[in-house]
Amino acid sequence: MATKQVNPTRMELTRLKKKLATATKGHKLLKDKRDELMRQFLDMVKLNKQLREKVEKAIGGANKNFVLASASMSNETLSAAMLAPKQEVYLEVESRNIMSVDVPKYKINYRTPDKSDMFCYGLAFTSCDLDDAVTSLSQVLPDMLKLAEVEKSCQLMADEIEKTRRRVNALEHVMIPETKASIKYISMKLDENERATQTRLMKVKDMMLKEAHGY
Amino acid sequence: MYRVAVLGDKESIYGFAALGLDVFFTAEGDDAEAIFKKLTQSDYAVIYVTEHLAQSLEEEIAKFAYKASPAIIQIPGVWGNTGKGMLNVKKSVEKAVGSDIIFND
Repeated sequence: MATKQVNPTRMELTRLKKKLATATKGHKLLKDKRDELMRQFLDMVKLNKQLREKVEKAIGGANKNFVLASASMSNETLSAAMLAPKQEVYLEVESRNIMSVDVPKYKINYRTPDKSDMFCYGLAFTSCDLDDAVTSLSQVLPDMLKLAEVEKSCQLMADEIEKTRRRVNALEHVMIPETKASIKYISMKLDENERATQTRLMKVKDMMLKEAHGY
Repeated sequence: MYRVAVLGDKESIYGFAALGLDVFFTAEGDDAEAIFKKLTQSDYAVIYVTEHLAQSLEEEIAKFAYKASPAIIQIPGVWGNTGKGMLNVKKSVEKAVGSDIIFND
């Protein structure tokens, strides 16, 4: 089954054989890449799930505290308290390479070295629930950033895995069989030509002998 | 130096301001989309969006799912956990593996 039209020549045969060798090698490499990516992805996604459960629970808890805080204070006081934050968070983004996928890596930098600098309000007019809420939220922050890192990595890796899998499948089910079929077609055709030439020569020889000696 | 943004309704996210993240209060509507777009173009490495708000921004968020930056992470708001965030993790598993093998319990 030669679906593609190929010239049955020796040159074409050599070319196709080279192509087949490359395709087979590429297929093996891509398959290895896919397997390794998948292994790392599964570890990563398990971590992602755990982190997300943890973070969601913690944020839920912090939110409860914030609701309590807002219940015991007027809206204006609350807004005023949050008006001028003292602390600032900066991220340093590095990238890490997992099987040729660039995944981000975040490093947290605080503006002031003292982490407890997050209370940006006077304690006189705010309720202690607000302190609790802010504290509980600040404890989640490192996990939240870790979650961001892991979740982004998972998404990027999932995309890469899908691409790699498509490539592997395309090579395995289309490219390699087609090339093999073409190679087979050409070598059959070449053999056939050779046999035809042989027969023709024998025939011609017979004819020439007959003419020369009158057999 | 990159920064971290939080986008959502006021009640859910005002606390993040105290931690030094940049908070942007917005409710659903066109406003949210405009702010979100602006944030994605500024130098924010991570943008947290409340699950509630993320529903109306789904198309916009999907555009950034497979880009290296920024990371858009959904967090539960004060209205409770809708499970949307977890659904996203599930989706990437399905994309990579073909079927869900992590969350089938």
